[in-house]
Amino acid sequence: METASAESVRKHVRVYVTVFVALMALTLITVTISTLHLQPAAAIIVALCIAALKASLVAAYFMHLISEKKLIYAALTLTVVLFLVLMVLPVSHFADRGL
Amino acid sequence: MEIPYTVEPRPDTGVYNAKLGIWLFLASEVMLFGALFSSYVLLRVGATTWPHGYEHLNIPLATVNTVVLITSSVTMVMSWASLAMKDIRKYRVYMGSTVALACVFLVIKGFEYAAKFEHGLYPSGSTFLAIYFTLTGLHGLHIIGGIIVNCYLLGPGTRMWKTDPARFTNRVEVAGLYWHFVDLVWIFLFPVLYLL
Repeated sequence: METASAESVRKHVRVYVTVFVALMALTLITVTISTLHLQPAAAIIVALCIAALKASLVAAYFMHLISEKKLIYAALTLTVVLFLVLMVLPVSHFADRGL
Repeated sequence: MEIPYTVEPRPDTGVYNAKLGIWLFLASEVMLFGALFSSYVLLRVGATTWPHGYEHLNIPLATVNTVVLITSSVTMVMSWASLAMKDIRKYRVYMGSTVALACVFLVIKGFEYAAKFEHGLYPSGSTFLAIYFTLTGLHGLHIIGGIIVNCYLLGPGTRMWKTDPARFTNRVEVAGLYWHFVDLVWIFLFPVLYLL
């Protein structure tokens, strides 16, 4: 983004507004769905999918990850892998106990 | 001695140094919050009973806070875009709005905490309350950190716009990356703690 021209930034601004509207809509949707009190498994999947979608929009457009350099992608790929390991740890704990 | 690569990208990394620095810091932050989320999963799956967030927490207030924080992310990125378009006046408006929205978030959070304390609900009350206060408290500290940095960039830090505008624009972009990360953490905290 360091070479962003004024014209390309103007295009960005339109995207930011669109993403903002999408984030607001997704917030409304996730709150509305939560009032339905779905089965726990379904509720968790739906809530986390919407959260992941919102997070992707923020990361891709506000944090400019959609057009970033390879080194940043490499660092973040490693981070995602290690984050997934952290998330799998509790699951493996219960798998060990045969629960 | 002048600090190298504050504006121009470093040839071997392809980015200016501060950008690589903030991303590595954010990677470490992912692991910090990741460890706490992992602990939350372990505690919740292992518990015989677990209260629903919506039974104990104030969803309308948290929803307003979600809207406030997402809006502050937009004003933050707009403050950077204003600088990229050489408009310092708009930058001040957007950065000022970002700081104001962050303060609104903290005030609402303060009301939420106060309501819990009034009802005798403290972190020591249950595992649910312990993890709720730990996660939202750590997130709140990040909000305070962001407010301090953004206040500097709005106040005395703006001087750099006259001497080195490209470097100042990059500083705002880097502060923005941190701020969006704080927003991103809340995007997960909101459903995990309040809605599920």
